[in-house]
Amino acid sequence: MPATIVETNKDKFSLIDIDPITLDIIENAMMNARHEMDAVLFRTAMSPGIREQHDEFPMIANLEGKMVVGQFGSFIHGFKEAYNGTIEEGDLFLTTDPYACNGAISHINDWLLLRPIFKDGRLIAYAAMFGHMTDVGGKVPGSLPTDAREIFEEGIRIPPTKIYKNDELQTDLLELILHNCRMPNWNRSDFNALVAAIRTAEKRVIEMAGRFGDDVFYSALDELLARNKRAMGKLIKNTVPEKKQFFEDYICDDGLGMGPYKIKCAMWREKDKVIFDFEGTDPQSISSINFYLNEEMFKMFCGVYMIMVFDPQIMFNDGFYDLMEVKIPHGTLLKPQEPAALSCRTHALGRIFDVLGGLLGQGDPDFLAGAGFSDSPHFMYSGYDKNGEWYQLYSIGFGGVPGKPSGDGPDGHSLWPSFTNVPNEFLESYFPLRIETYETITDSGGAGYNRGGNGLRMGYCFLEPGTISIHDDRWLTYPWGVNGGEPGRRSEKILVRTDGSQERLPSKCDRIEVGSGDILYFNTWGGGGCGDPLKREVERVEFDVRAGLVSMDGAKRYGVVMNADRRVNLKRTETLRARMAQKRGKVPMFDRGGDIETLKKRCLKETGLQPPRQPEFQSWALKVLEGGKAAASGSVKVKRAAGKKAAKKTAKKAAPKPKAKAKVKTKAKTAKKTA
Amino acid sequence: MTYRLGVDVGGTFTDLILVNETSGDIHTAKVPSTPDDSSVGVMNGVERVCGNAGIDPSEISQVMHGTTVATNTVLTGSGSKVGLVTTRGYKQVLQIARSYVPGGLGGWVIYNKSDPLAPLACTIEADERMGANGKPVRGLDTKALEKAMAQLKEENIEALTVSLINSYANPKHEKAVEKVARKALPGVPISLSSSVVPEMQEYERTITTVANSYVRPKVAEYVKNLEKKLKKGNKNIQLNILRSDGGMASAKLAQQLPVNLLMSGPAGGVSGAVWVAKQAGFENLLTFDMGGTSTDVALVQDGKAHLRRETTVGDVTVRASSVDVRTVGAGGGSIAHVPELTGALRVGPESAGAQPGPAAYNKGGELPTVTDANVVLGYLPSEVRLGGDMEIRKDLAEKAIKPVAKALGISVKRAAAGIIDIVNENMYGALRLVSVEQGFDPRDFALIGFGGAGPLHANALGRLMNSWPVIIPPGPGVLCAYGDATTRVRDEASRTYIRRFADTTTADLAKIYEELAAKALKTLAQQGVPDKDCSVSCQADIRYQGQGLQLTVDFDLKALKKGDLAIIGDPFDEMHKQLFTFALDADKEIVNLRAVAQGKSAEIEARKLPRSGSRTPVNAAKLGNTTVFMDGKDMEATLYQRDKLKAGNKIEGPAVVLEMDSTTVILAGHTGNVDEFGNILIAPTS
Repeated sequence: MPATIVETNKDKFSLIDIDPITLDIIENAMMNARHEMDAVLFRTAMSPGIREQHDEFPMIANLEGKMVVGQFGSFIHGFKEAYNGTIEEGDLFLTTDPYACNGAISHINDWLLLRPIFKDGRLIAYAAMFGHMTDVGGKVPGSLPTDAREIFEEGIRIPPTKIYKNDELQTDLLELILHNCRMPNWNRSDFNALVAAIRTAEKRVIEMAGRFGDDVFYSALDELLARNKRAMGKLIKNTVPEKKQFFEDYICDDGLGMGPYKIKCAMWREKDKVIFDFEGTDPQSISSINFYLNEEMFKMFCGVYMIMVFDPQIMFNDGFYDLMEVKIPHGTLLKPQEPAALSCRTHALGRIFDVLGGLLGQGDPDFLAGAGFSDSPHFMYSGYDKNGEWYQLYSIGFGGVPGKPSGDGPDGHSLWPSFTNVPNEFLESYFPLRIETYETITDSGGAGYNRGGNGLRMGYCFLEPGTISIHDDRWLTYPWGVNGGEPGRRSEKILVRTDGSQERLPSKCDRIEVGSGDILYFNTWGGGGCGDPLKREVERVEFDVRAGLVSMDGAKRYGVVMNADRRVNLKRTETLRARMAQKRGKVPMFDRGGDIETLKKRCLKETGLQPPRQPEFQSWALKVLEGGKAAASGSVKVKRAAGKKAAKKTAKKAAPKPKAKAKVKTKAKTAKKTA
Repeated sequence: MTYRLGVDVGGTFTDLILVNETSGDIHTAKVPSTPDDSSVGVMNGVERVCGNAGIDPSEISQVMHGTTVATNTVLTGSGSKVGLVTTRGYKQVLQIARSYVPGGLGGWVIYNKSDPLAPLACTIEADERMGANGKPVRGLDTKALEKAMAQLKEENIEALTVSLINSYANPKHEKAVEKVARKALPGVPISLSSSVVPEMQEYERTITTVANSYVRPKVAEYVKNLEKKLKKGNKNIQLNILRSDGGMASAKLAQQLPVNLLMSGPAGGVSGAVWVAKQAGFENLLTFDMGGTSTDVALVQDGKAHLRRETTVGDVTVRASSVDVRTVGAGGGSIAHVPELTGALRVGPESAGAQPGPAAYNKGGELPTVTDANVVLGYLPSEVRLGGDMEIRKDLAEKAIKPVAKALGISVKRAAAGIIDIVNENMYGALRLVSVEQGFDPRDFALIGFGGAGPLHANALGRLMNSWPVIIPPGPGVLCAYGDATTRVRDEASRTYIRRFADTTTADLAKIYEELAAKALKTLAQQGVPDKDCSVSCQADIRYQGQGLQLTVDFDLKALKKGDLAIIGDPFDEMHKQLFTFALDADKEIVNLRAVAQGKSAEIEARKLPRSGSRTPVNAAKLGNTTVFMDGKDMEATLYQRDKLKAGNKIEGPAVVLEMDSTTVILAGHTGNVDEFGNILIAPTS
């Protein structure tokens, strides 16, 4: 049963004509309100993840639940369909369950708050915001267990719940939730901060409606959505070819030693509509790298990306959703069945952007950028200090932004909106840490006419014994380069013990014990290069060499020869460039640094780590896929033979934790039933 | 007899105010600015104003001056070549910055980061390490550093910054580096992060100190040159420069710490507005300073401008206290356009600037600007002679706006009105940032409009904000000079001191505050301010432990000595509640301690206008009638000449009031009352 909206005022809003100036003013005011939500949250939240790194996203939607301003698209429609209760004035909903809101949030750490905004007894808009909590309980500090098999291991899961009723905080409920978290004070403060931000949005919406009139406000939001649809319609027609484009990229491993996992997508246009089909994406993983992708959210990613690439003037909102169709086969990595584990979805979430870039760029190679820093690598460190006090750090790392048609990618930066790093002096004064190295990695950005940004090297020296967790990717596959640009360098993690011994850590791991004086070198990856490196102006190469961003040797990738005084040798450069151009021949559109088989073969030698095994997919997942095929317009095709064989092989060889397996099986039945 | 002189150098005019320190009598002068070397204009002005007053320049004891030299150096990228010494492993601290990419999701696609203010090729690392607790982990390797200095020498750096990790907790290693650098790079000015801004956060501390080095030679040259010229006729004259936080610094200190001058210009405007409004009887105000390319707004409560611990110029943000001025890229020169895809009307942030300027100025500009819209609507009538001699061409303004009107499918006048509405909305957003979003109700504030275009838009902004009266002071340039002339000498000393309330005592704090106060007073004494004329106030930056923000609490040191930490804790809770609707029952933490010392302010009174005989505007001030487009229709508006208005005059809107360097619009349904100081106070007609 869908949700029932309770209004004391039964008068309907009327749709009236809005003059373009008023419309622009309301648009502006809505944008201001959205930025104000951020400002309030950043200033009052406590966890470094939200307040320093800005792992949060706001939204204001119209009364139908369509996002008018915000970042990640609306989930309200899905929520209303699934929520079996009332939506009343004074309600404020809290949920952390991706499965209950159709993936509006994609792991339990994200606390999502939703507030229906009422004015004079009528629902007039919604405000929502979510933020990533440092800890929500579960089996490991940080609540992002790489080896989780089910969502139950990942912390306290809250279905859509009225945390405020009639504007009264349900204290018992909140306490119950906080009781299950390792850093309850942070959660409490972050929760308060989210509520304050949402209340700010509510205030602004009511003010605006008061200023312009309810009907004008209502109609303006409608028209803003329509205006966006018209603009996007033109954009889609101009930029998306009718011919099918394909692109695929990978998640290197699942934290259990298996991989890579393929994300595949096709894109084409039918008249005004663009269609994305993820057929060919691998089945869901048995570990926690699954990404429960909301179709609407994907539309938003895509729309935003197109706007940024082709015409940044357009203000994006949900208006264009009818112009896109997204097909994600159930039972895949991007649409796993409950209760699949989801906590480490960050890699797939990031990789989606590389897939998008690859797809859209093929239609118009002039707009193609390299593979980006498509992830947010996590580093976690926790334990008890000398005074017996619990410390727990969750932080996000940064890397090389890809080279793009407009210029070089910044070094050691974030691809995510509004993220910032945590100052090292802050880390050192609040955690038993000393950051010995904080620099970008010379030559790690892919060579190109526009250089990919360098990855970042952070040297964490631990001052207290504790445990660490790492979530990262792109250690096996390369961040690809485009139109002649080379791939960026891959990521790596090296733990140097006090006795001088070195250890390569896998890209995803939990519960690694560290001692006082041990140093972890957390090296992220560089961005892919964009365009022909042999055409990069020699002055720009020289500048980078003198800055230490590219080495003298690295300059050779650009066909540039440097003298000992770090000045370009023009004559030898000319010769080298001519030779390289001839040898290379035609430049490929994508340079992935080799196919998967080759990368696997070279893996141990190049990375010091064993290549991942072929993924084992649960047999039921394959069956669900088959069932889904019949139901959901035939969008699924999986290499069953390979998959089944692999599954069987696992059952025999690894048979990990039969108990967990049994559980999965029973859940699979329920999943099938609901499907 | 001694005089103090306030000087404001604007883009077009240099304004001066001469104040008799005994009688409070005032003399003013306005001379053309000389952009190539502004000291020429200043000296011309000094001659003029002294002539007006019939005094000899040698009778001037103090010159108070707001300057945009530092700002322009950053904006035009014309600063010096800065070398940087960092801790080993941190060479790229400016390259990485805070890893932030602006522009929202996908913003990276169009983001091109500018190169660091201190080039990487001029950055070297020192082998040393200070712990977060202020205890050295590893001493400085002097030998290696001496060697590394060769690179900086080879690069011919013009200024040096030393910024080492955790130096805010202990400056020892930075001082050791300074010693080596003095020897290796003789004559190069050196800035240490531990003395420029001894606060936590390595990127912010480094960029602030580098910015200091970057503008230092330019500012030093300007200030020295001006001081030399002033001292020529008068050895005892003292030059003071207005700082971003609205305080005055001696010429010497200004040369050492020019990073504190980045907002000197806007701060002068705010200080002037505060002073003028105070005379008119208003202490709570929103300042609205609209120029050609941007608009600065600020909030003033109880006669004090809000400060913040951050200054942004262009894409450089530094940790330096400044009047909390928010700037939006909306001004008279902002260009209107209609993007094809959306068909929406956009105004700015691109600006036609002074060159080619608005179409109506007939200097080659063809794109439609806000000024052109004002011309089309009749708010800037062709009777106006900008700066006395520039002609306004309504036909050219209409021609420029026509394409916008066509794209929107409306008349040229309606399109012009639309442009004004949109630009007003943008500025309204900025005013909300400093008021509503900080928990202040704009209805409790008056709005004071100045700057070249401020008086044209102030009435409309007052209507949007519901802030009355709207105050239009006479002469926008004079306002800044007033600000300069009436500002107090100020200095502050601060220290990062991170302690939970539970881990410190009032006695600990009192001891540090006394040290800080002594330090700040010493600086003032060096500037010739005797102790008896100084007052010291104390501030603590506080937050809930674990929180990112800090709120600054002002308090009385005596009360703290007698009482407990609640003296600073309770006001913090209250502020938090005002700003964010909630307070927390969590541990509080002190972050920074600060003592602010101030000299005495000048007691002067604004010049008064003669009172009018009757309650209606004297006919002498009436210039005639003009047609304006207002509230969606054509109306007859009365034109007035500002300098003929008398105190007590009442101006019914719609009206346009003209003066040499600004034009005031009074909307229909509003009345402007001229007060005894010549301010026009606009409010809805009751």
